[in-house]
Amino acid sequence: MHELSLVTSIVETVVETLAALPDSSGSARVLEVRLRVGALASVIPESLEFCWGIVSEGTPLEGSRLVVDVLPVVVHCAPCGQDATLDGMQSFRCPRCGELCAEIRQGRELEIDSIEIDDGEVKP
Amino acid sequence: MTTRIVELRRGILKKNDELAAGLRANYAAAGVLVLNLVSSPGTGKTAFLERTLRELKARGSRVAALVGDLETDNDARRLAASGAPVRQINTHGICHLDAEMIGKHLDGWEGVALGALDYLFIENVGNLVCPSSYDLGEKIRVVLLSVTEGEDKPLKYPTMFNSADAAVITKMDIAEPCGFDRETALRNINEIRPGIRIFETSAKTGAGMEEWLEYLAQERAGRS
Repeated sequence: MHELSLVTSIVETVVETLAALPDSSGSARVLEVRLRVGALASVIPESLEFCWGIVSEGTPLEGSRLVVDVLPVVVHCAPCGQDATLDGMQSFRCPRCGELCAEIRQGRELEIDSIEIDDGEVKP
Repeated sequence: MTTRIVELRRGILKKNDELAAGLRANYAAAGVLVLNLVSSPGTGKTAFLERTLRELKARGSRVAALVGDLETDNDARRLAASGAPVRQINTHGICHLDAEMIGKHLDGWEGVALGALDYLFIENVGNLVCPSSYDLGEKIRVVLLSVTEGEDKPLKYPTMFNSADAAVITKMDIAEPCGFDRETALRNINEIRPGIRIFETSAKTGAGMEEWLEYLAQERAGRS
């Protein structure tokens, strides 16, 4: 439900990053933004994509692709002494031994992983 | 055209997370235990909190509450009947409270200083999705579920239930006429958040309140 504010924050962060790049020409454009979104982050990738075009309009991100890598939940199973990837979120049990696992190792991520930029005219 | 990849690895909610970390440090310095109450609309957060505030006050605890809603100050007026200082936060359409809203409302809160409180309760906007992403600097996130909502709510909203530190079942006084399947509800909560403390309460009859207040006292003594 708050995907619009998330997208606004992503665009702002990327614009700030571009401005702060020491070796950028100032005419750099963003081609792609890659996100890492955990399954527990309460974010719907389609909703992010829906707002993308509107929010990025008029910024160096206009026309860029938004790629969302969804990360499954990974728990740590104490009896097995190993991490385990869960298929879904209907039960936080180790798929190997069936034990309930309280420790979450992955799945809450909500971050900008990387951006692909075109530096435009690079001064010699 | 020269293209290149720039690694960012930056949290999208970084600004909120930083503000929340600042709030958390302030709460700890003031020695106040802060709880964030989340649930669907209609679960009975306000009734549960009303009773909690009243009982804590009766025991001599210093309590206050911030309450979030899209519009109206109805809940703040209800809670204020307990005699505790209460401040309404109107989000005007925003589906959750964030750390900035909390910071602003704590700053300008006349007559309330964190250092003079034992407990601060934050009643979030009724929504089982979005508030799970926003850290308010709380020590304990409490998810509430009423007997009228269906035992499978934890399975439907795993992201919220998994992020909680304690769970409260409300309206236990009408569990029977609602056909509430207690065992299934407890099992579902535990499947999604293994080991979580669960309180079965009724704000009307006071059932389960003793255990809840005891938990609050222990958390305050041990962890704040």
